[in-house]
Amino acid sequence: MTVNTPAPAPAARPVKTRGIEAARARQAMWLLMPTLIVIALVAGYPLYRTIFFSFHEANLTTPDQATFIGAGNFWFTNEDGIGLGFLQDPRWWQSVKNTMLFTVVSVTLETILGMIIALVVNSAFRGRAFLRTAMLVPWAIPTVVSAQMWAYMYNDSFGLIGRGVLSGQALLASPDTAVWAMVAVDVWKTTSFMALLILAGLQSLPSDMYEAADMDGASKARQFWSMTLPLLRPALLVALVFRSLDALRVFDIMYVMLGANNAASTSMTGYARLQLIDNSLLGLGSAVSVAIFLIIMVIVVVYVTAFRVKFD
Amino acid sequence: MDMKRTNPGLYYLQRTLFYLLVVVIAFYLLFPFLWAVLTSFRGSGDLFLPPLQFIQAPSTLANYAQVFANASFQRGLLFSLIVAVGSVLVSLLFGSFAAYALGRFRFKGKQVIMYIILAVSVFPQIAVLGGLFTLIRTFELFNNPLGLILSYLIFTIPFTVWVLTSFVRDIPGELEEAALVDGASPLQTLFQVLFPVMMPALVTTGLLAFINAWNEYLFALTFTSSNRTVPVVIANYSGASQYDQPWGPIMAASIVVTIPLIALVLIFQRNIVSGLTAGAVKG
Repeated sequence: MTVNTPAPAPAARPVKTRGIEAARARQAMWLLMPTLIVIALVAGYPLYRTIFFSFHEANLTTPDQATFIGAGNFWFTNEDGIGLGFLQDPRWWQSVKNTMLFTVVSVTLETILGMIIALVVNSAFRGRAFLRTAMLVPWAIPTVVSAQMWAYMYNDSFGLIGRGVLSGQALLASPDTAVWAMVAVDVWKTTSFMALLILAGLQSLPSDMYEAADMDGASKARQFWSMTLPLLRPALLVALVFRSLDALRVFDIMYVMLGANNAASTSMTGYARLQLIDNSLLGLGSAVSVAIFLIIMVIVVVYVTAFRVKFD
Repeated sequence: MDMKRTNPGLYYLQRTLFYLLVVVIAFYLLFPFLWAVLTSFRGSGDLFLPPLQFIQAPSTLANYAQVFANASFQRGLLFSLIVAVGSVLVSLLFGSFAAYALGRFRFKGKQVIMYIILAVSVFPQIAVLGGLFTLIRTFELFNNPLGLILSYLIFTIPFTVWVLTSFVRDIPGELEEAALVDGASPLQTLFQVLFPVMMPALVTTGLLAFINAWNEYLFALTFTSSNRTVPVVIANYSGASQYDQPWGPIMAASIVVTIPLIALVLIFQRNIVSGLTAGAVKG
């Protein structure tokens, strides 16, 4: 017959807390597991495959028969002296040029217009609530819908702009003029988003500072340049980073308004999709995708280091 | 200020210019949409009319009748709803687990996981298009709404995790500590203590994720053939011939898919602004 003597109580308190910490860490991992699995499945593995295929000659319908060709998708000249890598394709460079132009011009315009709209909505006047609500409308409209709305307005026989302002000139026919039409659509669609973020920033500024500036007789313009703008900098930078990244991977409006072929000369993503899906060139298309991925990552790093944007 | 008394002329000039600016902004923001609404109520013959006569032409519901009778549009609405709701529900469930862990637990590697999730949200979708396409083929999910639900998680999951984490951090810790002392498991704590408090955040995040999923085009275009979502249906809406664009019905279809979104956005106006600013990361 054995008597159960109670085990001596674990005296060391630190051990116990460490045990709790370890248990919490384990629980956290379990809670994170579904998300991490999903990210690995829909982002990690496909990205790995894209990088893998970028070094292979592969067809979309028979991806199993991929053959390794090194950097051939990027740069390769065959016996007849014909350049087959996408970096030798003038069309790719045209799409890069147009995407950069699109990004710089539309993000700049969106920031300026967004700032004006935010400043107007932030001041007191009759009808302010209405304008604040109206601001949300372009943002709420699906991109494809706004693309169709503008395609209709640009149409040279039906559209207000195409038939009226441009008197029948087909703005969308050439990639060089189409890019400006795309800028107009994107600015219309996303200026509200910019204005919303700037407005949120404006409303977090301390009002007593402005009262003090008023007392000291600083003009409104002076207040804007030496108080509002510097204080708004962090919010503005974050909005700028996110808008630029969105603009660089633009696809919907080009594809809907210009069609697969012209979209490939106007947006990098359009070019990648044309090669990858329409032309079934899985290897080449993947190489283009990798290039876009790298361009975007480089720009993120430049933004983050140059402006010291802090996340979290 | 008292400029009204000291210099009334300048004051009223300033006010007038300001209101002019307000009118210009309102016109700029709303006009394209209002013109689309107007077009959706016009007969096909009226599209040729000059603007003033076009405005005055008789209204008709013919375009709406045609759109609702269109089988692919009906299917599109159904599939959009399935795909958007499906991906939002999965994201909210998984996202709130992750947000709870990231917002409340201390553990090694947390920072790395936060950065990975943020990195995925700035990912260009095109970078995974080819890989995802072969994956979807392997699992035989091509043209299957499940394939789209799965692929949409690439942008809904990082977004929900990121926004919900910032909400979870703002919840006072006492609530949860009481539950832990009573011996509740983390899942019980999450569902019974935090979920009720997080309801507004879940609704806001879910709504924003829903809008993104409802609007998605690239994956929907690439991973389906006949089970199209509404944006693809609208983009491909065609008339009798390749050159005949039926603008009236296209505008009607566009209005039909936009009105619910605008209604949701207007109802949840305040939440949306807070959700967007939380999601856009404080700098």
